[in-house]
Amino acid sequence: MPFRFVILWSDALTYLLLAVSVFYGVYASRHEHLRAPWRRVRRNPLAMAALVVLAAYGITGLMDSVHFRLRLPGPAAPGGHAIYSPQVLSLLDVLCTPLRTHDEQTYSAPFALHAFTPKLVRLSDGRRVMEYPRLRYGGAGLTAAGGRAHDISVRCLRAAAEGVLVWLAAVVALARWRVKGAGESLRAALWRLARGETDVPWRAMLASLGVIILIVAAIANLAGEYHIFGTDQVGQDVLFEAIKSIRTDLLIGTLSTLVMLPFALALGVMAGYSGGRTDDVIQYLYTTLGSIPSVLLIIAGILSLNLYMTDHAAAFDTIAQRQDVRLLSLCVGLGVTGWIGLCRLLRGETMKLRQMDYIQAAIALGVRPRRIMTRHILPNVMHIVLIYAVISFSGLVLAEAVLSYIGVGVDPSMNSWGNMINGARLEMARDPVVWWSLAAAFLFMFTLVLAANLFADAVRDAFDPRMRT
Amino acid sequence: MSVPHRFARRAIAAVVLAVILLGLLAAMHAARSEWNDPYPARQADRNILYAAFMERPKRLDPAQAYNENEYTFISEIYEPPFEYQYLLRPYTLVPLTARAMPVPVYLDRHGRRLPADAPARRIAYSVYTIHIRRGIMYQPAPCFARDASGHYLYQSLTRAQLGGIRTIAGFRHTGTRELVAADYVYEIKRLASPWVQSPLFSVLSHYIVGFRRFARTAARIRAALPKVDGRPPYVDLSRIPMAGVKVLGRYTYSITVHGKYPQFLYWMAMPFFAPMPPEADHFFSQPGMKSRDLTLNWYPVGTGPYMLTVNDPNRQMVLERNPNYHPDFYPRRGEPGDAQRGLLKDAGQRLPFIRRVVFSLEREQIPYWDKFLQGYYDESAISTESFNQVVQFSPGGEAELTRSMRAKGIRLVTGVAPSIYYYGFNMLDPVVGGYSQRARRLRRAISIAINIGQYISIFRNGRGLPAQGPLPPGIFGYEPGCAGRDPYIYDCIGGRLRRKPIAVARRLLAEAGYPDGRDARTGKPLLLYYDTYQTGPEAKANMDWMRKEFRKLDIQLVVRATDYNRFQQKMRHGEEQIFSWGWNADYPDPEDFLFLLYGPNSEVGGNGENSANYNNPRYNRLFNRMRNMENGPAREAIIRRMVSMAQRDAPWVWGFYPKEFRLYQAWLHNVKPNYMATNSLKYLRIDPALRARDRRAWNRPVIWPLWVVLALLALLVLPAVLVYRQKERRSPL
Amino acid sequence: MIAYIIRRILYAIPILIGVNLLTFALFFFVNSPNDMARLHLGVKRVTPQAIAEWKAEHGYDQPLFYNAAAAGAGKLTHTLFFQRSVKLFVFDFGRSDDGRDIGSDIRQRMWPSLAIQVPTLVLGLAVCISMALMTVFFRGTYLDATGVVLAVVMMSISQLFYVIGGQYLFSKVLRLVPISGYDTGLSAIKFVILPIAVGIVSGIGLGVRLNRTFFLEESGKDYVRTARAKGLSEIRVLFRHVLKNAMIPILTGVVVVIPTLFTGSLILESFFGIPGLGSYLIDAIRAQDFGIVHVMVFLGSVLYIVGLILTDISYTLVDPRVRLG
Repeated sequence: MPFRFVILWSDALTYLLLAVSVFYGVYASRHEHLRAPWRRVRRNPLAMAALVVLAAYGITGLMDSVHFRLRLPGPAAPGGHAIYSPQVLSLLDVLCTPLRTHDEQTYSAPFALHAFTPKLVRLSDGRRVMEYPRLRYGGAGLTAAGGRAHDISVRCLRAAAEGVLVWLAAVVALARWRVKGAGESLRAALWRLARGETDVPWRAMLASLGVIILIVAAIANLAGEYHIFGTDQVGQDVLFEAIKSIRTDLLIGTLSTLVMLPFALALGVMAGYSGGRTDDVIQYLYTTLGSIPSVLLIIAGILSLNLYMTDHAAAFDTIAQRQDVRLLSLCVGLGVTGWIGLCRLLRGETMKLRQMDYIQAAIALGVRPRRIMTRHILPNVMHIVLIYAVISFSGLVLAEAVLSYIGVGVDPSMNSWGNMINGARLEMARDPVVWWSLAAAFLFMFTLVLAANLFADAVRDAFDPRMRT
Repeated sequence: MSVPHRFARRAIAAVVLAVILLGLLAAMHAARSEWNDPYPARQADRNILYAAFMERPKRLDPAQAYNENEYTFISEIYEPPFEYQYLLRPYTLVPLTARAMPVPVYLDRHGRRLPADAPARRIAYSVYTIHIRRGIMYQPAPCFARDASGHYLYQSLTRAQLGGIRTIAGFRHTGTRELVAADYVYEIKRLASPWVQSPLFSVLSHYIVGFRRFARTAARIRAALPKVDGRPPYVDLSRIPMAGVKVLGRYTYSITVHGKYPQFLYWMAMPFFAPMPPEADHFFSQPGMKSRDLTLNWYPVGTGPYMLTVNDPNRQMVLERNPNYHPDFYPRRGEPGDAQRGLLKDAGQRLPFIRRVVFSLEREQIPYWDKFLQGYYDESAISTESFNQVVQFSPGGEAELTRSMRAKGIRLVTGVAPSIYYYGFNMLDPVVGGYSQRARRLRRAISIAINIGQYISIFRNGRGLPAQGPLPPGIFGYEPGCAGRDPYIYDCIGGRLRRKPIAVARRLLAEAGYPDGRDARTGKPLLLYYDTYQTGPEAKANMDWMRKEFRKLDIQLVVRATDYNRFQQKMRHGEEQIFSWGWNADYPDPEDFLFLLYGPNSEVGGNGENSANYNNPRYNRLFNRMRNMENGPAREAIIRRMVSMAQRDAPWVWGFYPKEFRLYQAWLHNVKPNYMATNSLKYLRIDPALRARDRRAWNRPVIWPLWVVLALLALLVLPAVLVYRQKERRSPL
Repeated sequence: MIAYIIRRILYAIPILIGVNLLTFALFFFVNSPNDMARLHLGVKRVTPQAIAEWKAEHGYDQPLFYNAAAAGAGKLTHTLFFQRSVKLFVFDFGRSDDGRDIGSDIRQRMWPSLAIQVPTLVLGLAVCISMALMTVFFRGTYLDATGVVLAVVMMSISQLFYVIGGQYLFSKVLRLVPISGYDTGLSAIKFVILPIAVGIVSGIGLGVRLNRTFFLEESGKDYVRTARAKGLSEIRVLFRHVLKNAMIPILTGVVVVIPTLFTGSLILESFFGIPGLGSYLIDAIRAQDFGIVHVMVFLGSVLYIVGLILTDISYTLVDPRVRLG
């Protein structure tokens, strides 16, 4: 094989998360009490448009979660084992190869042809002058005719044309698919889509899909030739960094909740159901944990992990592994602090449920407590877990940025918006200002958080309008 | 009008009133100074220097302080017997409180006097006799305060007397006293006292006669004394003799060191050898003082030009001119060119010039720089971020200020510091370490691949000189140009140094057994580890760059970043592979750099500063010969041999010697970087009137956007009103 | 009531002991006293004797939790944990590892924190409440929709952007306020005005939405409908009934955060160079100063617990039906 798959810990958890979501989807579609609120979410145009955006982020993140190592050319090792490069690549890396490899020397502005900082150059006659060196890749294929503005507008037009074509294809495909079930004409179906007279707000979804397709087309047409968001201090493409950060921040937003979920569920339900001593102990546990500043818990988590990695250096021999473990420890740290709120909510809900007739009846019938908890209580508190997970997502993404700023975020060599913002602080002090890293991080992060917030609102309203953020 | 209505109105009125009041207050305040002036308005045209400290200094006790940020303060307060002449280069020691530079008297093993040119191996002891000047007085301090009958006021304090005193200002009376030789001896004894924890303890115990024995005796005596309040009591060190350090008269003392050690005078120019009045030590060791933060570490007592009057490490530290400062004059001699630069205009003037120095806590570089540009700091380094805004290179390759800087009257002063930054290989490591030809080639290949010149241009904007060996410029034995180059790494083309091409490195790597970065025997890719404790955005760029450099050889570099402690631990146990490190000179002598590669000084086993654990017996032998020689051709020849040995073995990737660029505002005079002297504040002079004028011109607030914002807010009200009226009309009533 | 408070305070003791235990375990799992000594003694020329001396002076030569060498009860009392924790319970904060009195440091650094936090809270609350009230008043119009969308947009922006942008614009470009720093007394105004503004603006999104739900919930209740039906004007209904009754959940929500105002805002303080308590803990963690970390964590949990108790009490005060049992 020319490559070998690598499954990092976070990849494994990502796949687990995916499996859980699929399982939940199937489960929810079979139960009316779960289907009803989802139907309400589905009717909300804003939420569905946001969902399309989230899906785009999600797909990017998933592509970045398929890792492998390429086989090195040349002879195999004695014993016939193939030798693989220690560099771990992802599917996204391969897709973005030009972005990944087009490194300049140092800063360059968006769409620039020349470096941002002047360099001392020795002329052939021995004189030395300061000049802005031509970029190696930025606008490299540009011929003298027309110039940059012309080239960019041509590429943009082409991108627009391609984007519109793809989008139209998607619209038609959707309409056909809808025709199949309903038995109306394609034209009527298209008309209804355009008028927004559908049960599911396809129009809004198609609109946001269109925007995404246009953006992707623009990137595909421009990024090979220009640095759309410029380059950073060591010449890496900022757009690529921002795209690579998607996975990091998605993982933090989701895995932190996933990691703590079993504890919160078990302890919260147990405390609420059993009461008495058990309740006291669990309450004590979470009050104690809750009263310790979360920063300290996170720092302790990360430092102790560093300690472990130093002691077991052999187990972490690639950069990706080290980054990965650090990311997970950050998730655990965030999870430990987020665990408390969920646990408290679950405890309260369980206490309410316990008073319900059907539970009381089950108790009277002598059903074992464990069975009651798993069979009767757990399914009925799942909506709280869902709402909590969705709502805390954007908070976690925002927290990542702050933690990176304090210096306890993800590995400093890992791409994340927090690291980009943190670096941008120094760049804002430059004169002229280097604003593009901050702008890129802002745009990507803002879009994700906004979409997540809109979607979370709809989910909360659908499941439990009384629950507050 | 209903009650809640009235309540709401009142609340709104209160808020509006409060905002208006605050605004008025701010306006009143602003009327007196620039809006963004971080200092009180009344200070605007005073003879005050504004500086900053980035980190709160931990120890201001001269026996303990060893950090640059601590020296910033105590070098102005405590005066060792000698100082570095401010203007002369190479660095020259001159008397400060001493009357003259002492000439050592050499003795043999039996205490017989030897001639000055006696060979080093016959010299068993060197005796330095120092005469200090008369009439030098200490700064006013409560520890010297006496009542009318001459008794100390504060030397036998009771709890009641201490009462509510929390800072040194709580003691109303102060006094002073003349500086005597015994104070110097007292301080050396403090260095030898184990409980003082001086970082120089182990170094000095090798040199000063009777140092170790004194330490043992003092510890024994202290342990035998009864404790006061559960704490060990004050020990009068002047009663315990030290064989090598003697008071010979009111103004004379002598120090005897083992063997011949000419560098000893350099040590004596550091604040470690400043005088310490026993009254101060006793004063602060009284019960109840420490629990009130009243310690020598916080309240220095010295004879220097300044004294510390405000010590609030959370915000501000202030040095005020010492009213008792002894006559001290601006130097009359300088380097050629100093006169043209205006550095001799104040020659012969009484020092210090500046009345007060305000140090503000400034944790980060960015706000510091912005305030410098606004005129609120008087000098600044140049951060990488702002470099291009500040400096451009002339056609001749000279660094000069950009037009916008020159328009502000800002001046640039550059110099190469006696420091070195390097990447070290752990010589104990099985892959990169060792002295085999194979390992040497691997190290050389890496040394060629890591393009230090590029590093300097990316991360330091060209502010550095690629190093060729351990010795930086300005240190005896440094050879500039092609003659001093590392022939394994650099070519000399047309009189200029050029790093060997990457093809050479690849060939070396193949010869070392790793063609194309893969082990020729097993076929496995070569994986190397870079150990670092740096985190944060700069570190990320740095690591990315390092990985890029190694990729040129197809070597995969793994960065192992840990916290500082773990890094130190790794270094102590020799578990690191490649690391970056640096060294600042303690004193301007090649010994202080060459000992970084001296085998017995290894970090592993020797707990020393030789972090690469380089141990070459021939180098070690030469080092021992070189260390106590006088500077001259013989010493130079030995140094040259040592350097070329190190170049051959390549235990370090010679990094760079940092070039320092500093900026000074137009109103600051007499600035010349002196990397050895830390007491340069007293030479500086400012022109407060010019500063006040410039600040006003540079800090006019831009107010119109505020009006725009207000107007926009007002516009926002408009639709609200419209909708409201619409609603009212539509409402059923 | 008093019995309840006493019971809650007694209940806090095991929690505080647990917090202490955890702090010790977390801190010393990653740091050893040897490391701390090295860090405090500096880089150059540190000898093992100096480390031993330092540890003895700061009490780190004792074992952490269990002293096998001591006799009887001394096995537990002659330990770092016991010696340090007992003092905390009588609020004797001791000294930091670099020799400063922690109590006086905290007293000093508390004020800058409060100078930012209190105005941010009060003014922020005022702004959020009035804006939320506006959206409720204009319910159903495009103003309401715009307001709600704006709130979501504002809360989707990281606080870091507000801080970076605000500092860049107002301090650097417009030169309206000092870039960073702090001064005592009235001169503090010019230093805190921007952090407060940034703090308020960055909180608007969340605050408006939250308060809006409170108001909507209240205005859906029967008595409000009755009031409207009675013919009271909309403004009156809003002020007299909705605002008054919605203040209960709003204020009880505020009570929880009041004690934590003391510990300051980490981001604002470090960006604007304000020497408050927020940066104190972070600096101490970075410098591995156990003395300060220990005290600050302890103080933090005490304030947290006080906040919980205050919330419970405020519930009974505003709603007599709630009994503290």
